Amino acid sequence: MNTLLSHNAQWVLLSTLILGMAAGIIGSFAYWKRQSLMSDALSHAALPGVIVGFVLMGTKNLPVMIAGAAASALLGALLIDWIRSSTRIKEDAAMGIVLSVFFGLGIMLLTFVNRTAGGSQSGLDSFIFGQAASMVGDDVRLMAGTAGVVLLVALLGYKEWKLFLFDPAYAAGLGLSVRLMNGIYLAVLVLVIVVGIQAAGVVLMAALLIIPAVSARYWTHSFKWTVVLAAAFGGGAGAAGTLLSAAGAGWPTGPFIVLAASATFAVSLFFGASKGLLILYIGQRASRRRLTSQTVGPVAAREGAGR
Amino acid sequence: MSYSGWILLTASLVGVSCGLIGVLLILRRMAMMADAISHTVLLGIVVAYMATRELSGVHMLIGAVCAGLLTAVLVQWFQSRGVQQEASIGIVFTTLFAVGVVLIATQVGNAHLDVKHTLMGEITFIPWETVALPLVGEVPEAVAMLALVLAIAVAAIVAFYKEWKITSFDPALAASLGIPAVLMHYAFMSLVSVTTVASFDAVGAIMVVAMLITPASAAYLWTDRLSVMLSLGAAFGALSAWIGYGIATWLDTSISGSMAFATGILFAASFLGSPRYGALSRLRKGIASRRDPAASDSAD
Repeated sequence: MNTLLSHNAQWVLLSTLILGMAAGIIGSFAYWKRQSLMSDALSHAALPGVIVGFVLMGTKNLPVMIAGAAASALLGALLIDWIRSSTRIKEDAAMGIVLSVFFGLGIMLLTFVNRTAGGSQSGLDSFIFGQAASMVGDDVRLMAGTAGVVLLVALLGYKEWKLFLFDPAYAAGLGLSVRLMNGIYLAVLVLVIVVGIQAAGVVLMAALLIIPAVSARYWTHSFKWTVVLAAAFGGGAGAAGTLLSAAGAGWPTGPFIVLAASATFAVSLFFGASKGLLILYIGQRASRRRLTSQTVGPVAAREGAGR
Repeated sequence: MSYSGWILLTASLVGVSCGLIGVLLILRRMAMMADAISHTVLLGIVVAYMATRELSGVHMLIGAVCAGLLTAVLVQWFQSRGVQQEASIGIVFTTLFAVGVVLIATQVGNAHLDVKHTLMGEITFIPWETVALPLVGEVPEAVAMLALVLAIAVAAIVAFYKEWKITSFDPALAASLGIPAVLMHYAFMSLVSVTTVASFDAVGAIMVVAMLITPASAAYLWTDRLSVMLSLGAAFGALSAWIGYGIATWLDTSISGSMAFATGILFAASFLGSPRYGALSRLRKGIASRRDPAASDSAD
């Protein structure tokens, strides 16, 4: 546990916290747009870009790899849209195609690079399941900085986001360009995914966007509080997962982040104040009791009188 | 048979079974469910391994079917609790997959079962893990299992062809005819799980998704007839396996990755070139019929 107390580890922890918060917020936007699995497709689609970025520089240069990841995730998004809009193939199949073919290409390139000198030591494998502990100095600051920017974009434009998500037609009427908002939405979605993949891994990054947003829905109906709670859940899951995975040597970070997020989901599902199972059960029992006392009483009295 | 011969046979069996099942997946609009199940069977395999300490075919199949059904049931349940379908798929598969990966990383990590193997498969080892069968003699275990699964899939599709057709295309009609849609749904999920786990060992989790969704989608662009689509899906699956193997040998890289990539090549060819539903023919037809249809296509 000593490693946790080092200066670097504190930075790692802080950056996964910020990343989790950004992912929680963007995830709740995506949930509202009914595009939860899009994040899964895009994070898988980022893998070939990461490897190409590595090959271009010949060494592990995170900014270039992130740029590569963003380019390949955007290409994936465009392809999904193109397949969906120009054929009769549905969006979910289009996402599955892009996800699996891009990931296959990524694995092809990864195997290829790992075979060459220096490739296998570069830690490229850690992009698959995430390895937050392997991140150092500048990488961590880059990730924290980018996630911070996403956080700012989400918060500063809160009013615009709300309009855009709930009533695009009204937003357009007010002079807000829906096209521009869609562009910004895709940009922040891709950004949060590509900076997150080194910590959470391409396979499980989507969970950090999906699970906190859904968990938050069990506590409140208000959009504002959904966003706030999703940020809190996401940040908590990011930090807790990083701490847990640091307990064992070489443990991947991504799965632990997911488990932390799933734990908050389970708690929300059962105890959530707005739609949680417990509150629904109590409500149902109360109304059943009310009904019973209203209806069964007179019936029983009538039956008693008739006898 | 030669070493490459066995690998090609294994991969073709994967391609054919996944291509067939994939067609039904696409038509029933459950592509992402396949993605989910291909991830969650990992948990079934890990738990089966922890319980029996061996990686034999039967235990893995049972574990995988249980995991697949658990996935389907949980997704359905969350949906009934008001979670969007997409999001509930996302929650269920990432969680179950994460549990599987954590169990491997912390409990059972060894030479037989590691995290990388589950994603990419180890088709190169398959010809060496043989099992003796009556009549045919020594065959690789994976080939025997895949052949069995393919037989089950073909039998299930042929035996209930009409039912699959009606429940896929017109659920309302199916209900009015008294076809048990829920039973068909879970039977289908079991079929997907079995196919997935049999293919899993050969090509890994993500490549199973490629084989399930992409050849079938390509087939969907060529025809309107279910029987033709099934044959085309199976043929595209096998063809991708062969092309992928060619690419992998040529570049000396991951076989399963190349096969997934090859499904993409076939899809791209169908997407652009299919005479009926391809992008190019659509563009051409659009130009012929409307004044400026290119704008709507290129704007996307």
